[in-house]
Amino acid sequence: MYEFEFVKPATVAEAVAALAEEDAQALGGGQTLIPTLKQRLAMPSKLVSLTGIPQLKEIGDNDGVLTIGGAVTHAAVAEAAADSYPALADLASHIGDPAVRNRGTIGGSLANNDPAACYPAAALGSGATIVTNRREITADEYFRGLFETALEEGEIITAVRFPVPEKANYQKFLQPASRFALVGVFVAKYAAGVRVAVTGASEEGVFRWREAEAALDASFAPDALDGHSVDAAGMIGDLHGTREYRAHLVKVMAKRAVAAA
Amino acid sequence: MAKVSMTVNGKAASGEVEGRTLLSSFLRDTLRLTGTHVGCDTSQCGACVVHVDGKAVKSCTMLALEAEGAEVATIEGQANADGSLNVIQQAFQDHHGLQCGFCTPGMVMSAAALLKDNPKPSEQEVRDYLEGNLCRCTGYHNIVKAIMAASGQDVSSIAAE
Amino acid sequence: MPKDNGIGASPKRREDVRFLTGAGNYTDDINVNGQAYVHFLRADVAHATINSIDTSAAETMPGVVKIFTGADFAEVGGIPCGWGVTDRHGNPQQEPRHPIIAHDTIRHVGEIVAAVVADTLEQARDAAEAIDLDLSDKPAVVDMTKALADGSPKVHEDLSSNLCYDWVFGNPDDDAVQAAFDSAAHVTTLELVNNRLVANPMEPRVAIGDYSRGTDEYTLHTTSQNPHVIRLLMCAFVLGLPEHKVRVIAPDVGGGFGSKIFHYAEEAFCTFAAKACGRAVKWTSTRAEAFISDAHGRDHVTKIELALDADNNFTALRTNTMANMGAYLSTFSTSVPSYLHGTLMAGNYKTPIVQVNVKTVFTNTVPVDAYRGAGRPEATYQLERVIDKAARELDADPIALRRQNFITEFPYETPVALTYDTGDYVATMDKLEQVADLAGFAARRAESEKNGKLRGFGVNCYIEACGIAPSNIVGMLGARAGLYDAATVRVNATGTISVFVGAHSHGQGHETSFPQVVADMIGIDEGMVDIVHGDTGRVPFGMGTYGSRSIAVCGSAMVRATEKIIAKAKKIAAHLMEASDADIELKDGQFTVAGTDKSVAWGDVCLTAYVPHNYPLEELEPGLEETAFYDPANFTYPAGAYACEVEVDPDTGKVTIERFSAADDFGNIINPMIVDGQVHGGLGQGIGQALLENAAYDEDGQLLSASYMDYAMPRADDVPFYQVDHSCQTPCTHNPLGVKGCGEAGAIGSPPAVVNAVIDALQSGGKNVTHIDMPLSPPRVWAAMNG
Repeated sequence: MYEFEFVKPATVAEAVAALAEEDAQALGGGQTLIPTLKQRLAMPSKLVSLTGIPQLKEIGDNDGVLTIGGAVTHAAVAEAAADSYPALADLASHIGDPAVRNRGTIGGSLANNDPAACYPAAALGSGATIVTNRREITADEYFRGLFETALEEGEIITAVRFPVPEKANYQKFLQPASRFALVGVFVAKYAAGVRVAVTGASEEGVFRWREAEAALDASFAPDALDGHSVDAAGMIGDLHGTREYRAHLVKVMAKRAVAAA
Repeated sequence: MAKVSMTVNGKAASGEVEGRTLLSSFLRDTLRLTGTHVGCDTSQCGACVVHVDGKAVKSCTMLALEAEGAEVATIEGQANADGSLNVIQQAFQDHHGLQCGFCTPGMVMSAAALLKDNPKPSEQEVRDYLEGNLCRCTGYHNIVKAIMAASGQDVSSIAAE
Repeated sequence: MPKDNGIGASPKRREDVRFLTGAGNYTDDINVNGQAYVHFLRADVAHATINSIDTSAAETMPGVVKIFTGADFAEVGGIPCGWGVTDRHGNPQQEPRHPIIAHDTIRHVGEIVAAVVADTLEQARDAAEAIDLDLSDKPAVVDMTKALADGSPKVHEDLSSNLCYDWVFGNPDDDAVQAAFDSAAHVTTLELVNNRLVANPMEPRVAIGDYSRGTDEYTLHTTSQNPHVIRLLMCAFVLGLPEHKVRVIAPDVGGGFGSKIFHYAEEAFCTFAAKACGRAVKWTSTRAEAFISDAHGRDHVTKIELALDADNNFTALRTNTMANMGAYLSTFSTSVPSYLHGTLMAGNYKTPIVQVNVKTVFTNTVPVDAYRGAGRPEATYQLERVIDKAARELDADPIALRRQNFITEFPYETPVALTYDTGDYVATMDKLEQVADLAGFAARRAESEKNGKLRGFGVNCYIEACGIAPSNIVGMLGARAGLYDAATVRVNATGTISVFVGAHSHGQGHETSFPQVVADMIGIDEGMVDIVHGDTGRVPFGMGTYGSRSIAVCGSAMVRATEKIIAKAKKIAAHLMEASDADIELKDGQFTVAGTDKSVAWGDVCLTAYVPHNYPLEELEPGLEETAFYDPANFTYPAGAYACEVEVDPDTGKVTIERFSAADDFGNIINPMIVDGQVHGGLGQGIGQALLENAAYDEDGQLLSASYMDYAMPRADDVPFYQVDHSCQTPCTHNPLGVKGCGEAGAIGSPPAVVNAVIDALQSGGKNVTHIDMPLSPPRVWAAMNG
């Protein structure tokens, strides 16, 4: 790792101030950032830890909306959402491994937007709102491609608001080495319609499979997806699976998610 | 350099570290607690697992300064007060749950975290929980068996030791 | 009844206590006063000419002690290859120079280009980034077929081609072999890949070099399976140092699996640099470095043909294999696809004609060498896959076809130069059918099908040749070392014993099992016996641990040394009891005069040896210490039969191992608990090879699976509990313990069973799939089903 200064502010305001410095970077649980730093792939002058800010660790459940602070760990989400939003809790309880879940945070995951991460599928599939120190961003606006988001310099995720659906489920097919999602499909049924978000598969990062949403709006059953498919052309093809295989898995996982929802 | 202080295995510990100093380095290099091992750089092998405030974490993926004021438990503090092996350690020895010993500290710390939350895990629950702990020697058979035995379950019907 | 002590008992491992309490002493746990740290600048391209290296800016960086490039090693030898194979025309293998630091050419990603020694590791890394490299890229050679094609770029310009050797073994008469195929009733042909693997012991490699100006002595702490071999190779071939001035210590080592046999550049570098820098130099590999600097394993591409007569008897076998050597010849690289592979092609079967053809190939990849099993898994995989395919083509039962062709009489001379001294392949197959509950398979398959899954059962046999020897024969075959081992038994005046053994324990539990043997022979408590290993400064000599040789070879040396101790002790006892030493019996640690009630205890005899007041000084030297070197008369031949049962998810192609059963014949067993553990570990690695692991390169020579993010290691939820049985025991006929070795069997015997099971599952689902190359990852299985 390159040398950097470490600060651990106690308030969002202090964190924002610290991040104003050029090349300062926010540190969530560090489960992605620290391995990146070890490889010297990033060179921040200062790391601003967000894990000491009580406000970012709050979890609220109001009027069918689950609000999770940006620095809440995956393990804490798994526990806190178990009753209110079981599909989200289940997703959180299968990110990485137990030790990773004790450090990794929802804000860190969404800010990083790894194309194979689980939380982007949950946020997009739930039509969540990303709350920052500056504004509120809808999930549809937030994700901008691989590792790209709507976040601006110095902007930090303070909370994520999940509208709780009537039913939902997340199915993840593991990449056997990293255990990230080779393909993950989040299906959520709301009064306003069904949302289907896919992670791991596309060269553009997490995306909504609108054709499936329409089919499931008409009939929320696995069979409804028969005859529908995603185009292999935009899928990731690599050591762990061809484009065609990933496109195929999107459908298989989507059907399983509908069946399990 | 900055000063960091924490409690490690019940004793106060402090030292001068850089911002980039990992908790694993602080334990190994500063405190000379070399039972915590480092086996990868991508946070997957789990040889470095310790407990911070009662929760299993990968000490190679946490800055030492993030543990300021924390209660840290490592493999060196796991034995009983009289120095004898604790229940999990003893089960690992009884059931040949280790060979080269390199992954073992992380395995024992993960097992301890699992049994705290889930005192009688099924075979599948043990296997799932060990997702972040790699072992290259045992084929996991005797590790899973040892953890189930440590939870007080009868493992005599499981094939050969 | 299981025994509670001695040979055949399963005492808890004594080494476990330190490992379970964080008190192990691995190489990276060691720090030498004043040590500096080295960071190796490694090539990030596979093939390039080094035009220049400018270290001037880097040398001025904070903390830098010294920077080394290839020029600093111009006067130093290269890393030697320990085995010279003679090709089919009688010519020696092509053997390129293997520099410590690349001189003028980079030949694989990961090769050391420069080394920065600094006060701290981060300072060394900072300075390495300031080194200015001027390279001209050259086309990389990665694929073996392309590497052998006319006009291919050459990995080594000074060699005639990328061919290391073209070797034939068994029956060299092409016409006679072809005639056997021409007259066959049926020929089964299979082309397959034995996938390239990375050994991945959980402890990355570490080396600490130290030099004492006062005594002109060097100390190297290193993660090695064989410290004496490292000392010999480094002193005699690389650095030109007097061996008696160099001490190599391999303390607790966190697994090896072959990858820590070899002498590596980093070991020689740290030793050399310690003197050059005037302070100790430490290197700790990161996992990322391990992927591109530890020798890889396997990587064979094979076409195998099996001829059968009208009664399904095997009549001839012919193989054509290309084996990847990587960019340089690692220590035992050339022996793996030749003598460790070709000699096993007869398997457990009485095929009269066997011809093995192997071409070894240089490519711009990391060197390839022995990995758990080393050549024998490659042989077993081909043979047991082609037999399964033949059974399917002939509509024969795969188990019956194997049984029909089993070797049943011993000793048996194979057409590929081995003499199997003993075995009982029918017995292990009988045992396997029982352990695997073959009878219950149909019901389990029906249950799986009800759940929409395909279930398959796959079986295979294996035989391995362990404890490679005798030295005069392997020397004729090209080994440039002896393959004996040594042990010194030092009895202290109080009767406790230190046994200095040449084998190294890095997970095998020698510290527990070896004392069981000595204590059993003398009849004393095991706690009175310790072994000492892993230090050339303490252990007189030894060839180390690999090839499942420790108990068969080093254990035999230990027995011979202990026999000498007992013989001398009997003379002392005879003197004390005024009897003839021919009449002295030793039982339970008591020497008695046969037919009398006169006895003297072990401890009294030992004390007398060191306090020789009443002692036959004119006939016997005082003291009680003996050494034995043991050179085996033959290999040992562990063998067995394995079965795998899988479920395949037809929607995704995902394979789940539902059951894995092993019936092994290891001859006599010292510690059954440890033997089971060795088999479990081998099975885990074999299943890993079959389903998960793959070291994949792109055509530019970049390793695509260069971290645990892309190289799939088996995890706890990838494997089941294994059913392991070793009750079939035909003791080895030529070593004193009747032991065969058990360290590699699991890795050798498991991949074909897994693949055979998956093919069986797919066939049961009506899919006409006859082969899938490993690893049988979900996309490959899915593609095969939908191909």
